[in-house]
Amino acid sequence: MIRPHDSVIVHTLARVFTPIIQLFALYVLIHGHDSPGGGFQAGTLFAASVILPVIAFGIQGSLAVLERRAIILGAVGILLYAGIGLLPLILGGEFLNYGELPIPGMETSTRRHWGILGIETGVTLTVAATAVSIYYSLRERGEEEEK
Amino acid sequence: MTLFDDYLLLLLSVVTALGAVFVRDLLSGVLTLAAYSFFLALLWAGLGAVDVAFTEAVVGAGLSTLFFLVALFLTSHQEEVRKRLQVRMVTLVGLGVLGFLLLFGSVDLPVVGDPESLPSKHVSSHYLRKSLEETGTPNVVTAVLADYRGFDTLGETTVIFTAGIGCWMLLRRRDDSAT
Repeated sequence: MIRPHDSVIVHTLARVFTPIIQLFALYVLIHGHDSPGGGFQAGTLFAASVILPVIAFGIQGSLAVLERRAIILGAVGILLYAGIGLLPLILGGEFLNYGELPIPGMETSTRRHWGILGIETGVTLTVAATAVSIYYSLRERGEEEEK
Repeated sequence: MTLFDDYLLLLLSVVTALGAVFVRDLLSGVLTLAAYSFFLALLWAGLGAVDVAFTEAVVGAGLSTLFFLVALFLTSHQEEVRKRLQVRMVTLVGLGVLGFLLLFGSVDLPVVGDPESLPSKHVSSHYLRKSLEETGTPNVVTAVLADYRGFDTLGETTVIFTAGIGCWMLLRRRDDSAT
C-alpha cells in the first residue's frame, strides 16, 4: 500500500505545486488555440493535480468520493464532445461542424473557435477522469490485497 | 536546434531505452523509461512538433511513469527470475528482415519540410493557409485535431474512456462486483 509521506518537504511542495499545476492546466486548455497544448495535455495535468495531493497526504474524504466516481465524469466529457457535435447536425448542418452552432451574433470562424474550446473541455474532462480513475483502481487493488 | 543536437538526443533516447530493458531493478527501469520519454519529447520539440513533445512529456514521462510506479508498489522491485538473454535464430532473422525493410522504405521518404513532397501538396497547405480565417485558431495543430479532424479526436477520446472503464471493471473491489 502507498502510505502518505511524512516528510515536511514533500507536504510543502505538494501544497505549493497543486494549485500551480491546476492553473497551468487551465492555461493549456484555454490557450490551446494559440500555443502548444489542448484538451489532452490539460486533462493529464488536471489528473496530476488530483493525484499529487493523494500521494503526499493520503486519501481524504471528498477526494475519495471524487476518485471513485471519476469514471462518470469521463462519460460526461464524451457526451459534451458528442453533444456539441450533434447540435449542428440537428439544426441541419454536418456532424461536428461548429460553424453551424446556434450562437447568435458571431461570425462562422468565431463559432468554430468556441466550438473547439467546447470539445477540448470535453476531452479534458474525459482524460483527467480516466487517469484519476485508473490510478484509483490500481491503488485500491493494492489496499485490498494487503488485507 | 542544430542537426548535432538532434543526433545527440536520438543517441540518448536509444541508450536510455536499452538501459530500461537491461537494468535489473524494476524501479530503476521505470525511471529510465521516464528519462527515455523525456529525451524523446526534446527530440520532438527539436523537430518542430511541439504539441507532440508536450503530449510525450506529460503522458510518457509523467502519467505512465506514475502508473508503472503504482503497479510496482503492488508487487516487488526485483525481478524474481533473471532471464538469460536468449536470442532465438527466428527472432534474429525476423528482426533483421524487418529492420532492412524499414530502412529500405525510409529511402523513399521525403526530406523533412520539403514543400514539393506529396503530403505537403494535399490538404495540409489548405489547413496552413486557411485555418486562422476559417476557425479563428492560430495553432494549426489544434485546428486540425479539434475541427478539421474532429471525428478522429472524438474516436480517440472514446478509446481513452474505454481504457478507463476496462481498468475500473478489472481492478475494482470484489465486494462491489458481488452485489
